[in-house]
Amino acid sequence: MIIAVASGKGGTGKTTIATNLALSLKNVQLLDCDVEEPNSHIFIKPEIKTKVPSHIPVPEVDLGRCTFCGKCQEVCEYNAMAVLKDNVLVFSELCHGCGACSFLCPQKAIKEVKREIGVVEIGANGDLQFVHGRLNIGEAMSPPLIRAVKEYINPSKTVIIDAPPGTSCPVIESIKGSDFCILVTEPTPFGLNDLVLAVEVLRKLKIPFGVVINRSDLGNKDTYAYCKKEKIRILMEIPFKKEIAMAYSKGVPIVEELKEYKKEFTKMYEKIKS
Amino acid sequence: MKICVTAQGKTLDANVDPRFGRCQCFIIADTDTMQFEAIDNPNISSTGGAGIVSGQLIFSKAAKVVLTGNVGPNAFQTLNAAGIEVIVGVSGAVKDAIEKYKKGELKPTQNPSVDKKFGMGGN
Repeated sequence: MIIAVASGKGGTGKTTIATNLALSLKNVQLLDCDVEEPNSHIFIKPEIKTKVPSHIPVPEVDLGRCTFCGKCQEVCEYNAMAVLKDNVLVFSELCHGCGACSFLCPQKAIKEVKREIGVVEIGANGDLQFVHGRLNIGEAMSPPLIRAVKEYINPSKTVIIDAPPGTSCPVIESIKGSDFCILVTEPTPFGLNDLVLAVEVLRKLKIPFGVVINRSDLGNKDTYAYCKKEKIRILMEIPFKKEIAMAYSKGVPIVEELKEYKKEFTKMYEKIKS
Repeated sequence: MKICVTAQGKTLDANVDPRFGRCQCFIIADTDTMQFEAIDNPNISSTGGAGIVSGQLIFSKAAKVVLTGNVGPNAFQTLNAAGIEVIVGVSGAVKDAIEKYKKGELKPTQNPSVDKKFGMGGN
């Protein structure tokens, strides 16, 4: 079973839920797909055994064969190529690696070369398998690296995916193919606004989901009213506790600091499975 | 000679648009006759690479010089590779800018004047 942990709003507690759930269950693989800012490893403390550089294909033009017909520039959806007089410019940081230019070049003057965008790191802590991606600094496109992380999904395990925040392409890439999605929110106007957006995304993707309300004793009751109206299951509530915040700031998972929470996370997993 | 001015409107009285890739329109004028063509910028809401594709457009119109407010690194590289002279820091009415250029009062830049994504507005 693949369980993704997502949220519309950032900073609601995705990593807290993903890592604590992973530490509460047996036979788990945790994938941190927030490749722009991975932080699950701070709590899991895995030993990284393998590092695999990740690339996207970008065009390289053989100017000897090129007739400057402009086909590549015309088919590039991202304005990553400019055909000018006797030169072709490639703006590789804009290239999404779709391959249209090289495929459609009438002169076969374009070949694909690899450009490194980040690294996938694979490791474990005990029997907890761990994979995450680190996007290179300055890189704008994370979905290809997220795909590379997800290639390591081990279907014989309970797979937990820590997704990036928001509702855009990196989130879709992270959560698609999941059997269930946990949406983490906080009961504030911002939290609710972004929860509503995330719910729309999940309904479109037809992924079953439930909500975890973090810092549940802050804010107001609007999030509860929304969930009731939309018939969305509330899987778990975590109060705003000083002990939890202190443990978090030291990189200590809740289930290690407050052992009774292990039962809560296990219960949540049982609810998801049923 | 053909000259391109980024403009906020489609006449020679319009003000120079301070952006290049995402300006309202391009005015392509003949410096000898002052006849001109005004083109609505098709790249104004491009998701990325607006400077590059606008540079290609100016190249296809055979302009030799661009007068604008600012130009980013990708647009600058494109215009440079196309052999188009770039003059930044231009403001006021389009026709006055062209007159200043004709009198030799405007000097080309050797560097982009702003960083990437400048024309996207605040975020």
